[in-house]
This record gives sequence, structure tokens and C-alpha cells, in this order.
Amino acid sequence: MDDLLKVSSNPHIRSKVNTMGIMFAVVLALLPAAGFGIYNFGIRALFIILVTVASTVFTEFLFGLYKKKQTIGDLSAVVTGLLLALNLPVSIPWWAAAMGGVFAILIVKCLFGGLGQNFMNPALAARCFLLISFPALMTNFTTDAYTGATPLAALKAGEEVNILDMVIGRTAGTIGETSLIAIVIGACILLLLGIIDLRIPGSYIVTFVLFLIFFGGHGINPAYLAAQLSGGGLMLGAFFMATDYVTRPITPKGQYLYGIVLGLLTGIFRVFGSNAEGVSYAIILGNLLVPLIEKITVPKAFGKGGGRYEK
Amino acid sequence: MKENSALERLYNGIAKENPTFVLMLGMCPTLAVTTSAINGLGMGLTTAVVLALSNLIISLLRKVIPDKVRIPAFIVIIASFVTIVQLLLEGYLPDLNEALGVYIPLIVVNCIILGRAEAYAYTHGPVASLFDGIGMGLGFTVALTCIGMVRELLGSGKLFGFSVMPGSFTPILIFVLAPGAFFVLAMLTAIQNFVKIQGEKRGKDMSKIGSGCSHDCLHCMDGSCADNQNEAFLKSEEEKEEKDETEEKPKAVKSREAVKKQSRREEEQQEAEESMEFIDLDEEDE
Repeated sequence: MDDLLKVSSNPHIRSKVNTMGIMFAVVLALLPAAGFGIYNFGIRALFIILVTVASTVFTEFLFGLYKKKQTIGDLSAVVTGLLLALNLPVSIPWWAAAMGGVFAILIVKCLFGGLGQNFMNPALAARCFLLISFPALMTNFTTDAYTGATPLAALKAGEEVNILDMVIGRTAGTIGETSLIAIVIGACILLLLGIIDLRIPGSYIVTFVLFLIFFGGHGINPAYLAAQLSGGGLMLGAFFMATDYVTRPITPKGQYLYGIVLGLLTGIFRVFGSNAEGVSYAIILGNLLVPLIEKITVPKAFGKGGGRYEK
Repeated sequence: MKENSALERLYNGIAKENPTFVLMLGMCPTLAVTTSAINGLGMGLTTAVVLALSNLIISLLRKVIPDKVRIPAFIVIIASFVTIVQLLLEGYLPDLNEALGVYIPLIVVNCIILGRAEAYAYTHGPVASLFDGIGMGLGFTVALTCIGMVRELLGSGKLFGFSVMPGSFTPILIFVLAPGAFFVLAMLTAIQNFVKIQGEKRGKDMSKIGSGCSHDCLHCMDGSCADNQNEAFLKSEEEKEEKDETEEKPKAVKSREAVKKQSRREEEQQEAEESMEFIDLDEEDE
């Protein structure tokens, strides 16, 4: 990033915020979810997290050696690895997790120019890569503690789900997505530190809820809405992945629009799709729309476009 | 190698201007049918047969075909051969025919075939055109087979239908699905470019190994490109003459030469523009 030419007129605001600081805060905010995942699924969850983080960091290190410019210091690879691990089921073989890490860093990030140039969220792209490559391994949520479907799949099949379990996180699912409480704690850390704001998560969740009310088939049914909101990767995606600095729109209006698009896509995938879950594909598709969203939401410069002095 | 000789044409088609990895033509069948090595090989050979024969016939008829209706004429010739090949495949290799499906009839509008007809066969003799077709066809075959082999190996653990991976290998399904085609094509092209660049660093004359055509014919200085081959040939002849001239009267001629060169460059650019337009139309067709 440092060698990019920054064009702007003075005065400039100096800030001590740097990439490493932000990434460190994100890691910190992800720790509650990761910790709960380890508590919930056992020591193997820790093993998967370590394997994934090691593979992303090592891939970035090797690419840095090749490019003769080391970038592992900015911690972005750690964030990618951690996010990816939180999106994997605990039963996944270690080599598949490592392959996802290599794919995220090498193909999605480094080959497109490194941090800041990737057009997709690397962790989510890797998750989709693994989901398409190993559908059986990626949807096997059966562990010692839990047998049977994830709450969302059960919900889609028309079964009853226990909302309290879903809020606390005592359900089957990927390592980091189960506990609503842990994710909200992490999100609060990011909000308080000013690293993210509520534009994207807020418009995302509101749109999603509205979509469910109109098309979900249950009307305004609080139990159903609460289960949909706390189930699956919606919260993790809304607060940690949709808000990724690189792949979100930079214009404020665009961020609202982006959230609305994500909410609509997630709703469409969950309600009308064949799978119970659709957050990762929704965010990936939203990432691809970001350049277009930015194009139509360029803010007007001060003094331009008022229309009062037009001839 | 002598230009436009049989051997040079074969080499040009397979390595230097490989239609898939260098010219990036005919991407539709390349991405769609290479789910296994045998499919890639079959598609490549089918295209090669059509390409060689249509090049030959178009070259033989190039004085008869009026300029204005040359594209319809090319299509009629190509479509005839495609029909013959498809009927043969249906009769003798029904499995392959089934696997390739709609992409056999679509050979009619394949960029490579129309491109070679327009860029080479229409302006060159029958023997050179035939070998140009064979070379390009084989280049396409080699590329498709390579892509098919990688995809089959990673996506289903097999090679030409035989299991080669150990039993513990879990197939990476994405490679036999559509996204895998893009990954493998990009990776093989990158490896090919890497080898070329490494060779350049060692000081080899890489124009003979890969032309690295960027499809920007307007700013292309590569005289050895197939599109410019005819011009390049004339140019080298003229340069020889110029050399003779300059030896006789060194200084006076020079400015005139410069003017001449410039006007020729402009002519070339115009021609390049025309051929670019043509290529664009093709791609839309496909």
C-alpha cells in the first residue's frame, strides 16, 4: 500500500492508525468467537484454527520472499486465516483447511496485488472454494457433541429450534458462527474502537429482516426471525466480513446500498435457495458489485450540482 | 526456418502462436469441454481436422471468392466440414460425440478457424495454409489436452480415465466444474509466460519461442506476427533493396527512406485496425 501515489490537497490529517493496528483489533474482536468455538467443539477447533492461520501466514511469507517484500507484519494474513477457520466445520481434515488458507492468500490476495488490491474477501472466497471442492466435508457438522443438522437446516426443514441455545451457541455449525453472544461482543469491540460503523451491518440486517417478513412465509413471527438472525453465518458475515475495508464500497451511500444488496441476496439464497445458508455467496457476489456501487454513489464535490445558479 | 514453410507453420501453430496460450482464441470450447484429458484431446483433434481442411479449401478458392462475401463463403466451407466430422463422430465415436455435445456444431463459429481463414489462408498458398491449419490445430489440441489432464487429475484423480492417484486422495471437485477451467487455464498460461520471461532474462531470442501477442495490433511492432507476416516479408525484401541503395548513395536517400517508412507504418496500422474489428465481430458470434 505504501508505494501507492496518494493524491489529495492539503491540509492533511495525520493519524497514528495503521494497517497493523486495525488488523490487531480485528484479531482481538474475533477472539471471543474463536474462544467459544474451542470451548464448544473441543481442542480440535484450536488445531484447525492454528493450521489455517499457519497456512495463510506461511503462504504470505513465501510470496513475500518471492517478491522480495515482506508483508506478514501487517497481520492481515492472520485475520484472513482466523476468519477462514471460523467459517469451517470442526470435522474438516487439516489438509483441506490448509489448502483453503493457501488459496485465500495466494490466489485471491497476492496474485491480484496483495492487501488492498483483492476484489473479494479472501477468507470467504476460500470458504466458497472449499465448499464447491469438498461439499461432503464442508457440510459435515456432526461432532461428538452434536449430531444432526444445523439449526438453519432444521428451520428450513420445518422443525422446531431452541432459540436460547442458538443465542448462546450450543449448536452444530462452523467453528465461529454458532454463538451470537460471542460475535456481538467482538462486534462491540470493533464499534467502540471506531474500526467499523453500523452502516453496512445495520442496513444488511434490516434489509434481511424485511425480506423475511415479506417473503419468508412466516410473516412477523419473532421466533422465526430470531432464529434466522442468530443462526448461520449472518452475524459473523455482517460484522466481520461485509465490513472488510478492502472489499466494501468507500462511499457512505454506497455502503448502505451494499448492505441492502447483501440483505436481499442472503434472503433470496436462504428462502428460495436449495441450501439453508447463503451468507458467504451473498457477500462474495456483493464484493463483485462494489465497483459498480461506488460508481453510482460518487458524492458531489462541495459547490457542485446545487442547481441554483444554473443558466 | 524459412518463413511460410511447412515446418515453420507447424512450429508457429504449436509453440510460438499457440492459439490457446498465446493468442487466447477459441476460449469457449477450451473452458467448456476440458473436463477430462480425453475430451480435450477429442475436441482438439476434431477442430484440427476441420481447421486443416477448411484452410486448404479456402486457400485454393481464394482467387474465386469475392472479397465482399468472403465471410459467408468461409462459413459455408467450414460448416460443410463440421457436418462431415460430426456425422463421422456420431457413427464411429458416439461416446465422444455425446461428451462434446453442442461444442461440435459450434466449431463452425470457432474464432481460431475463422481467424486463420481470414488472416492466413485467404492470402497464402494451399500448402502453407494446410500446414498452418495443422499446426494451429495441433497447438489447440496440445493446449486442450494439457488443461484436460490437469483438471482430470485434480478433479477426479484420473488420467485418460485410469485412476492414478492413491486411494487416500480426495478429488477437488471444483476443477471439473466451470471455475476450475478458469483456474487451470490461467495457471498454465502463467507458467508458459514465466518460462518465456526466464528465457528472455538469459538472453535467448524469445521472439522465436513465444511472440507474447497482446492483441494490440495498433501498437504492435512484431513483424513476425501472422497477421503482419505478408507485410513483414515485403518489408524485409524492401529493406534489402534499401540497403543496396544506401550503399550506393548513403546520405541523400536517408530522409526519403524515413518518409517512406512512416507512410508504410500508417498503412500497417490501418490494416491492423481493420483486422481488429473483424476479430471483435467473431468473438461476439461465439
